[in-house]
Amino acid sequence: MVDHVEHTLPDYRILPPDVAARMEQIKKRDYVLEIERVTKVFTQKRNRTVALDSIEFGVHRRELVCVVGPSGCGKSTLIRILAGLEDATEGRILMDGKPVRGPGSDRGMVFQKYTLFPWLDVCRNVMFGIEMGGVDRLEAQRQAMQWLQMIGLEQFATAYPHQLSGGMQQRVAIARALAASPRVLLMDESFSALDAQTRTKMQNYLMEIWRKIDITIVFITHDLDEAIYLADRILVLKPHPGQVEEVIEVPLSRPRRAEQMTSAEFLATKAHLEGLIRSFGTSDDMEEEEVTIDLPLLTLVTDQVE
Amino acid sequence: MQGFLASWRLYGRTDRMLRNIFGILAVLLPLLLWSAVSYLPFVWHPQVLITDPGGEEYLETGMRMNRADFARAVTEMQEQHQPVPQGIPSNPVYLPSPGDVLSAFVHAFTSSAPVGAEHSITQAFAHSIRIIFWGFVISSVMGVPLGIMCGSIPAVARLVEPSVDFFRYLPAPAFGALAVAILGIYDAPKIAIIVIGTLFQQILVIANTTRKLDFSLVEASRTLGAKGLRLLFRVVIPGILPDLYRDQRILLGWAWTYLIVAELIGTSSGITWFITQQARYQHFDNVFAAMALIGIVGLGTDMVLGVVGRKLFTWKRENG
Repeated sequence: MVDHVEHTLPDYRILPPDVAARMEQIKKRDYVLEIERVTKVFTQKRNRTVALDSIEFGVHRRELVCVVGPSGCGKSTLIRILAGLEDATEGRILMDGKPVRGPGSDRGMVFQKYTLFPWLDVCRNVMFGIEMGGVDRLEAQRQAMQWLQMIGLEQFATAYPHQLSGGMQQRVAIARALAASPRVLLMDESFSALDAQTRTKMQNYLMEIWRKIDITIVFITHDLDEAIYLADRILVLKPHPGQVEEVIEVPLSRPRRAEQMTSAEFLATKAHLEGLIRSFGTSDDMEEEEVTIDLPLLTLVTDQVE
Repeated sequence: MQGFLASWRLYGRTDRMLRNIFGILAVLLPLLLWSAVSYLPFVWHPQVLITDPGGEEYLETGMRMNRADFARAVTEMQEQHQPVPQGIPSNPVYLPSPGDVLSAFVHAFTSSAPVGAEHSITQAFAHSIRIIFWGFVISSVMGVPLGIMCGSIPAVARLVEPSVDFFRYLPAPAFGALAVAILGIYDAPKIAIIVIGTLFQQILVIANTTRKLDFSLVEASRTLGAKGLRLLFRVVIPGILPDLYRDQRILLGWAWTYLIVAELIGTSSGITWFITQQARYQHFDNVFAAMALIGIVGLGTDMVLGVVGRKLFTWKRENG
């Protein structure tokens, strides 16, 4: 089935000229974030689970990298190590060439869960990171209001997180992370709790911000459409143990538009990714294999639905 | 009517009016039951209050005796053709009527003269509240910071919690003699008993509350550059504050339960002493009035604290 699709679609590895030129340009830039032979082993009593095995990867400045892989491939562990929330068993993370120790404001993070501080209003939430950087309260407030203006939520400055919708909360969370002026924005399935329409909006919105602000983005997702739509490069991890399977350069030109999701390049990339994920055999969330349920007919024959 | 039935179903719905009605009934029904038992002679009244001893020698006016014994006394006197003893049905002395208790209650507030040999209810009660207040404040000054540190710093938890767990199982009264030996016989040992009874629970309860803070909030603040004291004061403490407040409300109730022990050591004092003394004199109307006072003040404080809490922590309401 995969083969059949690939016959009619172009090779996903062939980049259109504008994308190839852009890729060249990106690769000339320095690495902001380097992952050096990172291995993570979880030990529980006698069980030793290798979550990540010698991951080697570099993220260029102003690049948008997506990490995909079936569940259990350690992609969340990887981003937590990047953020400094977990330590690598072996290997290290370099940030602008310097090894990182623990979490820091140079690596902002947006989580899958809503993590706005519920006791602070929206403005205070955005101010949090600015104030942690040693800026005084008035100046922090001024900057926070600018961020809120940018994300179009300035009229919600005094609202509390529980009064906002999920999409708005994640927008504020992005603004909060960016307001602390990080070099890298790490996003851990940040949009997966949102409904499909809000998610598309948030994706466009993220790219809009990324275009305007000097920021590098590493985005973890299990949604292949999302990965292809957003990324310059996609890092595909395979599970047990988590290793780099492939790094895909996405053959879509920028600025990205929703129409591109039906283009031949997009479909080719997606078909390839789906093939990869299926070949891992452990995925449980994107399987469309025939499911047969052993169930007798419990309805009138005349009422059958198909 | 439909709403009334619905409010009896599992997880059923109620509207505001029904809730108010149930709230009023919650107070009224026990009072009605008490009144019925007190004022309707056919409900219980197992005894007879003698109003005129008649010819029986061992009877006195104001004495209470079982109905069967009284009937025997009456037939005895009839057989001997002597004056028959007179009496009215009554409840045992330990169950005064609501009216008697109410008048004792009103009396406690209106007259400054001592009731019996000891202080008045209000004086005794004020003394008790002072003991509770200082006991709870001293306990909190130590217990709240220590509990928060136990919940957030693993080393402190490992160092402190085992010994706290040990002391928690020692009953506070066991410290009574020791407290008197060290702190004398007046208020100090009483306060110490309240502190001992509250502190160890407080540390563990608050440590637990601190541990239950949504850890992703801590992680989020770390990626925003918060650490050390700023993490503690800007994230941990504001995050647990509503639960901490609720814990303190429960612990305050806890402190009250140790009052009884505390007031019986050293020089007996306070509302507990008042109650035991009055019970000894069989002034059960005063006993009931004092108990009602404790209940009303306790419930009142808790309700006020609850309302204040809801006003303070509006952000918590949505997430339960």
